[in-house]
Amino acid sequence: MKKTLIKNATLADGRICDVLIENGVIQAVASSLSDADATIFDASSMILMSGLVDLHTHLREPGKEDSETVLTGSRAGVKGGYVALSAMANTSPVADTAGVVEQVYRLGKSAGLLDVFPIGAVTQGIEGKVLAEIGAMADSVAQVRVFSDDGNCVSDPLVMRRALEYVKKFGGVIAQHAQEPALTSGSQMNEGIVSATLGLKGWPAVAEEAIIARDVLLAEHVGSRLHICHLTTAGGVEIIRWAKARGIDVTAEVTPHHLLLTDESARSYDPIFKVNPPLRTEKDVMALRHGLADGTIDIVATDHAPHPGESKECEWQEAAFGMLGLEHALSIVVATMVETGLMDWAGVQTRMSTAPARIGGYVDHGRELAVGAPAHLTVINPQASYRVDRDQLQSKSRNTPFHGMEFAARVVATFFHGEIVFKDGSNA
Amino acid sequence: MKHLLSIADISRLDAIKILDTATELARVSDTPMKKLPTLRGRTIVNLFAEDSTRTRISFEAAAKRLSADVINFSSKGSSVSKGESLKDTAQTLQAMGADAVIIRHGASGAPARLAACEWMSGAVINAGDGTHEHPSQALLDAFTIRKHLSQGGEDLQGLRIAIVGDVLHSRVARSNVLLLTKLGAHVTLVAPPTLLPVGVESWPVSVSYDFDQVLESIDAVMMLRVQQERMNELFFPNAREYSRYFGLNTVRLNSLHPGAIVMHPGPMNRGLEITAESADSARSVIVEQVANGVSVRMAILYLLLAGDTSIEAGL
Repeated sequence: MKKTLIKNATLADGRICDVLIENGVIQAVASSLSDADATIFDASSMILMSGLVDLHTHLREPGKEDSETVLTGSRAGVKGGYVALSAMANTSPVADTAGVVEQVYRLGKSAGLLDVFPIGAVTQGIEGKVLAEIGAMADSVAQVRVFSDDGNCVSDPLVMRRALEYVKKFGGVIAQHAQEPALTSGSQMNEGIVSATLGLKGWPAVAEEAIIARDVLLAEHVGSRLHICHLTTAGGVEIIRWAKARGIDVTAEVTPHHLLLTDESARSYDPIFKVNPPLRTEKDVMALRHGLADGTIDIVATDHAPHPGESKECEWQEAAFGMLGLEHALSIVVATMVETGLMDWAGVQTRMSTAPARIGGYVDHGRELAVGAPAHLTVINPQASYRVDRDQLQSKSRNTPFHGMEFAARVVATFFHGEIVFKDGSNA
Repeated sequence: MKHLLSIADISRLDAIKILDTATELARVSDTPMKKLPTLRGRTIVNLFAEDSTRTRISFEAAAKRLSADVINFSSKGSSVSKGESLKDTAQTLQAMGADAVIIRHGASGAPARLAACEWMSGAVINAGDGTHEHPSQALLDAFTIRKHLSQGGEDLQGLRIAIVGDVLHSRVARSNVLLLTKLGAHVTLVAPPTLLPVGVESWPVSVSYDFDQVLESIDAVMMLRVQQERMNELFFPNAREYSRYFGLNTVRLNSLHPGAIVMHPGPMNRGLEITAESADSARSVIVEQVANGVSVRMAILYLLLAGDTSIEAGL
């Protein structure tokens, strides 16, 4: 019987407790527990919360193993405090059949550091034309419940309508990458003052907002469940707020980078800041933070997007879209939301663990720290200032825009089924 | 100043110094020898990843008049067109010992990337990048305007200049807005709303959709080239309608007040943004812009590469 006793942990609600774990399950949560057989983990002045869940991760395998694999992405995940990742479908081949999602699922199992839940493509080849075998993916070993063409928008309104209807059969959800393609052909960055100066083709906020507005109305019409990926604009937050008030079953996510960075970063022409959807303005960033604080935006999702060096060591317009996120997401959420007084630790736990697990249907995750729950846990030191170093990443890629930035809070340990899968900068 | 990437990076005094230096160097061009020994032994690479004859030969002439060794590295037949990365090209130039790279590139920000990277250490001169900037063009335009209109003043204080046409895609317009306003001119952008960037309201300029309304109140009009590839991108219904509202025809030419000059960075689409009569009229300084380009580019190379020595010392 393997036992671990976490001592003096501060839970997200502020209680200071000991947590006894046995056989991967929480056996007791109380003050002053003792157990002579248990390994002691001292969590004095540390925050302990249910393990982080990412609903939007690019693990790149199969097909782009030069930038990430399920294993390296899992290592990056546990270093960032994650116990569950959702592998996006835009791999090569695309995860649009039961075979591919089962492959990704098994790769996750064999890495064994955390749960990897494959996301299935909505359409064949994420081309937006013909529905993928959604039912077969749902019934596969991977039990897919989240479907997304992420990277591409399901732009055809009829295809989107049918997809929303179809997943009602098993309580699935369509995660939309909201980007009207006709308004963003060749677009490079947010359209505004900075793009005008830099001469980079603009990506208007309306290209995102028009799709969100259309899709919340479609979801309402067919009575289905919609999730909006990586919200970036103040207008988008307003539309989601309106839709929720109207009772539409919609959820939304924001990425750490859209909570922190603005389009001003593009002035360097360094494509490390090139991302889809693009970094927006200060006003948008503030609207996203407030939307996340008041619950309009349900979750933080990383959109972790690894790319090899050559995809970023080039001209802006030649560079790939995307940036890493897993390893620093928690630190960034604390910096932008907790240290600013917008959200408390309970809010962090809800937005980064409970709510993403609920949206994804990941029933063993995001559980209350109580007897009988699987011991998927994240331990955070809120006062362990560190500087991001792109040469010290677990990810196979180095495309972090946060290099050189300093953050106060960091993940110090991650428990998966009661086992320490990450501790103090090394995979245990 | 190590590089010339954007007009935004240079001060009003830097700009005036470049124009003054160009004025002195223009005198050299008027002598039979036409050549200074200043950059003897220095290697300057013309890296043209996008077609441009006039800017390339203008820089080449400028470099040669300063006795530099010039290597032309243009896209056709070079490794650039074979998909070689900017990084590899830069490292190649570094290995060859280039003291300066004059770069024309289709991607906005490519010169800034070269200047910021660790791939090469030479000076980088932006000879036009995507739809971003074309600093040497703006400097030669300012030089031309100053020569004609400033009545001996060192800057362009109080002059009223209209820039007309496809501002959205124009690197010439971006550099000129920054430079002409820095030198005290009032700039009015004239274009259909579709060809003005979102965000133009943050620029230190006036904007008009009505060319006829601004004609009488300007000292110089700068016509921008309409790229053929814009024709089918819904920016305006067709070429005829564009010409009708934004072309410089004879009627508009005659509405300019006496002394006003007509400019165009070239190459012109005669009959589209400018009629032949306007281009060839007595008000036109278009050919002179080309000649001034060599002097201004000499000044840029001189000030970037010869250090802060006076021209007399160089002589």
